[in-house]
Amino acid sequence: MEKGTWTVKKGLAQMLKGGVIMDVVTPEHAKIAEEAGACAVMALERVPADIRAAGGVARMADPTIILAIMNAVSIPVMAKCRIGHFVEAQALEVLGVDYIDESEVLTPADESHHIWKHDFRVPFVCGCRDLGEALRRLGEGAAMIRTKGEAGTGNIVEAVRHMRTVMDSIRRIQGMTEDELMAEAKTLGAPFELVMEIHKTGKLPVVNFAAGGVATPADAALMMQLGADGVFVGSGIFKSSNPAVMAKAVVQATTHFRNPEVIAEVSKGLGEAMKGLDVRSLPKEALLATRGW
Amino acid sequence: MTRIGVLALQGAFQEHIETLKKIGVEAVEVRLPEDLDGLDGLVIPGGESTTIGKLMVEYNFLDSIKKRAQNGFAILGTCAGMILLANGIPGFDQPTIGILDIDVKRNAFGRQVDSFEVDIPIPELGEKYFRAVFIRAPVIGRTGPDVKVLAHLSDGTPVAARQGKILVCAFHPELTDDLRFHDYFLNIACSRS
Repeated sequence: MEKGTWTVKKGLAQMLKGGVIMDVVTPEHAKIAEEAGACAVMALERVPADIRAAGGVARMADPTIILAIMNAVSIPVMAKCRIGHFVEAQALEVLGVDYIDESEVLTPADESHHIWKHDFRVPFVCGCRDLGEALRRLGEGAAMIRTKGEAGTGNIVEAVRHMRTVMDSIRRIQGMTEDELMAEAKTLGAPFELVMEIHKTGKLPVVNFAAGGVATPADAALMMQLGADGVFVGSGIFKSSNPAVMAKAVVQATTHFRNPEVIAEVSKGLGEAMKGLDVRSLPKEALLATRGW
Repeated sequence: MTRIGVLALQGAFQEHIETLKKIGVEAVEVRLPEDLDGLDGLVIPGGESTTIGKLMVEYNFLDSIKKRAQNGFAILGTCAGMILLANGIPGFDQPTIGILDIDVKRNAFGRQVDSFEVDIPIPELGEKYFRAVFIRAPVIGRTGPDVKVLAHLSDGTPVAARQGKILVCAFHPELTDDLRFHDYFLNIACSRS
């Protein structure tokens, strides 16, 4: 019997596909998410919009909160550690979380290195803005990828940019001749073997969700049509005026993402979506997506 | 050509579609009950059983699948799919199709850090052991008189079973290159009895 194998790590992400992973900060939130049909929850102390507003250093959540959320629901529970903070990750592994998000939403602990994720039995998900970043994280052992978007803004524009960038690179590499691949790996800053694999298969070797800015059912379906395997919704659920209704609508839109009749139906009477921010109005140092190397 | 549907509400449905194509079957996504028309069988994949269950209720799948099963429709349920076919899930109040006379225990091995893979014997598939991948997996508890257990772990825990044309397993044959489990299901789907 072998635990923590690559098949098992990336396999859990495969089971999450077509689903919605929701940020929650209390056991009550977690139950609302589960009841709405979330395929997993992300246990946090604050949703990204509140992290943005609070300022200061954002760290791993208090284990008391994470454990309370793990006890409240039967679906998988994820938690975030800071980029490069392998001790927070070790603590999360001991707590028994099902996935660790090495996340740019928290304040980075290391401005040069990410965690060497192969050393862990628990699987990791990491953010990316382009294919090079995704493949560097895979090289370090991430078993799932998510495009970053711009967390806590309720604005889908960066999520779209990042997903289009990744999918465009994949299509381009697939169409290249073999003698072009090494130069492409150099340009992307990506491990050559993974570039080679994408050339052969035409897809990422792990599941890729969209994150950072999903605020409505239509946003979720948009990301799915652009090629996401599923979506993370952070502030979008519990910063809306009716979280239970919004959560259920986003779940249904994600399943039926190619069915505009369903999208139109579930979008009715949802109340206020989160207010949202114009990403162009944010100062450079307030951008979260640029964290990660 | 045999046409098998894969319930595509949430979970690893694409992996099943790819595996079915490898054994020469026409495999199609099932997202609404009308997609069940004209199929020779259905796969209910792994995923989150609470999510898939809620979406099945929302789009009226429970009765339409149950009716077809009562008329001899072949169904394969893997992991969450097994949970959704079972009669009972002690400790959990969640919707199921309830056409397989077993009880299942959800998350029987614990959380993700306890997920594992292991080679197990499945005599119906031949002598060669089968690589079984268990991810936050359930196991089979009580089994009714018409249920045949097809595989156990070394400690005797039942992890695959068959009742008539309904076939289930707690592990994920769609995550391996071994096609024998899907082949076995195809034989069930094509049989006339």
